[in-house]
Amino acid sequence: MDTDFLEISNGQALSREQIPHLTFDDFQKNAMKIVWGGGKIVQYFGYADNSIVKLMAVLRTDKLLVAGCDAPNEYPSLSNKCELFQLFEREIAEQFGIVPKYHPWLKMVRYHPNSQGKKDVFGNDYTKDIPGNYPYYSVEGNEIHEVAVGPVHAGVIEPGHFRFNCIGERVLHLEIQLGYQHRGIEDLILKAAPKRLPIIIEGIAGDTTVANGVSFAQAVEALASIQTDQGSHIIRTIGLELERIANHVGDLGALSGDVAFLPPANYCGRMRGDFLNMSLLICGNRLGKGLVRPGGVRFSIDDEISRELMRRINEIEPQVEHVIDLLFSTPSVRARFEDCGKVSTSDADHLGLVGPAGRACGLPYDARRTFATEYYPSIDIPENAKTTGDVFARAKMRAEEILQSISIIKSLLKDTIETNCVDSEVFNLPSSSFVVTVNEAWRGELSHCIITDTEGKILRYKIKDPSFHNWNGLAMSLRNTGISDFPLNNKSYNLSYCGYDL
Amino acid sequence: MLNTLKNRFEQGYRTSTYPKKTVELAPRYRGRPQVHKNAPSDLVVKCAAACPQDAIDIDRKLINMGRCVFCGTCERISEGRFISFTRDFEYSVAEKDHLLTDGEIPSLADHARQHFKKLFGRSLQLRQVSAAGCNACEADLNVLATPFFDLARFGINFVASPRHSDGIVVTGPISRNMKTALLQTYEAVPDPKVVIAVGSCSISGGPFRGSPEITEGLDSLLPVDLYIPGCPSHPLTNLHALLKFFK
Ligand code: SF4
Ligand code: SF4
Repeated sequence: MDTDFLEISNGQALSREQIPHLTFDDFQKNAMKIVWGGGKIVQYFGYADNSIVKLMAVLRTDKLLVAGCDAPNEYPSLSNKCELFQLFEREIAEQFGIVPKYHPWLKMVRYHPNSQGKKDVFGNDYTKDIPGNYPYYSVEGNEIHEVAVGPVHAGVIEPGHFRFNCIGERVLHLEIQLGYQHRGIEDLILKAAPKRLPIIIEGIAGDTTVANGVSFAQAVEALASIQTDQGSHIIRTIGLELERIANHVGDLGALSGDVAFLPPANYCGRMRGDFLNMSLLICGNRLGKGLVRPGGVRFSIDDEISRELMRRINEIEPQVEHVIDLLFSTPSVRARFEDCGKVSTSDADHLGLVGPAGRACGLPYDARRTFATEYYPSIDIPENAKTTGDVFARAKMRAEEILQSISIIKSLLKDTIETNCVDSEVFNLPSSSFVVTVNEAWRGELSHCIITDTEGKILRYKIKDPSFHNWNGLAMSLRNTGISDFPLNNKSYNLSYCGYDL
Repeated sequence: MLNTLKNRFEQGYRTSTYPKKTVELAPRYRGRPQVHKNAPSDLVVKCAAACPQDAIDIDRKLINMGRCVFCGTCERISEGRFISFTRDFEYSVAEKDHLLTDGEIPSLADHARQHFKKLFGRSLQLRQVSAAGCNACEADLNVLATPFFDLARFGINFVASPRHSDGIVVTGPISRNMKTALLQTYEAVPDPKVVIAVGSCSISGGPFRGSPEITEGLDSLLPVDLYIPGCPSHPLTNLHALLKFFK
């Protein structure tokens, strides 16, 4: 495809002059051309450069494409032409007060004032208690009723608000409003001392600690030209795969619990712990906090640890296989999983679903294949894709990925892993530079982007969690689904609140 | 059916022997920090400068467990000569002052509120409120319900409604957008009630200190009875704190 966007590779440092700076008109025309040709949005965000608000977009086909422009104060929303833009446009409106006119559903993302001191696009007064205080989409009719859930939920989980419009038991529409977890991470990064950054990054989403750590480290390494050794790539890959397995195993258990089949629920809960304990063995923290730093990893996997990991994995592998087999061969489980919360391939494509949720709908994209980093270029990741888009497909996708990840880790442990451990080295970033990194976290495509100013200070740090794409998938799953199937669908996605809220 | 039984046998009995027997965590686990007072001052200064959480009190040679995220950087820099991390996971405290420590931590049982023991010693129902936590603290509380830790065997449960609970367990740095929901949940718990702060975030703002969107310390909003430091605290740390404080 011939466009004015620049083709770049994953984790490639660029000087900002190299990035095409188009007029807004050309910017949007080219962007539309790419997304209409099947392209997707990896990043689309605003940033303030000497008090001029600019926009930057990173799109993907089988390549990464980047371009920027000056932001107009208002413009006709692109969401009307392509749904993929809707949440990105709302985020830009909230963060920088840029108005996408005629946006189909312009509402806040995280309930906070914009950074430019402009009039609030949503008419909110943030000195008042705002969250949840907004006219939700509502369906009218005699037999319609609304169900409001959250922000504080019944379980030990994060806060968010769910508003269901139902007719009887059937959900006509689910609207999800988040923002309760907003900690101001992107802004905090700009003013925090550099030594704090890895810790803040690892706090974006605890269940995605390693993937966020890796995305940050790769960005810094690219900008500051820091070399990393092969051993650190292997250890990071093991960390990422352990994170994937632990989360998928835990979620299969939760799914089983939600259809009242308790044996796998309990076994998976325990086995998830065993995988977390493998991370504990490597780096002293069950979630992998402290494992990854710019320059490499802080902990080696020496032969003793490697052998112990291998022993534990060999022991648990058949148990995992058998529990998965038990789960999927139980008729009462299949009856509840199959045909529940379907999303069609075409809807998933329009929403831009990523990760296992997208693969369950027949979108095979996996950043480990398309934009491979760390040790993934040397690993053959199978092309995973189901087509039914229901709870069954999402669960099955996860089950298959668990087994694939186990075999990846086993193959990586075969040889001695040598690495020079790093700690919290100070790094100096070059001035006026740009980098974007893309990694396949367990929920899907995770991306970090850094832009530096003329002094090499971070001007913009943009984080995009895969959940940013996928929450609407959950809402779509609930259409015409019984409201009692919400927990089941919710767990089949298990999206991140804090990763989204930042 | 046969498959279910086969799996049952394969899984076996998994519940931890803790607290009857002590358990050893992995060698790299970082538990209670131990300060070595005889460390040279320049080393202390170096550690404090590198500490991402500014958790080291240089003059008094103490570590603030409420801020610390147990990253271990100070231990590495000082090669264990100023601070070393033990594998002892029993380090929770009942008084805020005890968070600032040289590693000698007052026995939690001695500082527990006696009337709580009487009231809740046999049955304790808790409502967890995630107030902008990164979900790691939440996850390591949640696992207490798995067969390995089996919290219910001690008469302690996490319940769905604050109305059914004896107290709240708060994780996260209490975002501006969660403050009201948190305070309302607290209000909804019948008196007398317990407040437990879990994780560096809820105790001090944790990694997010300095952001205008958060609260630096739950105790500025509510009276805190029990502090469980960590980032996140290990499930056994949580378990120990609950047992020692209430049993
Ligand atoms: S372990 Fe705690 S005191 Fe030591 S450097 Fe890390 S945060 Fe600071
Ligand atoms: S203390 Fe650490 S683990 Fe707990 S919520 Fe905060 S960042 Fe997450």
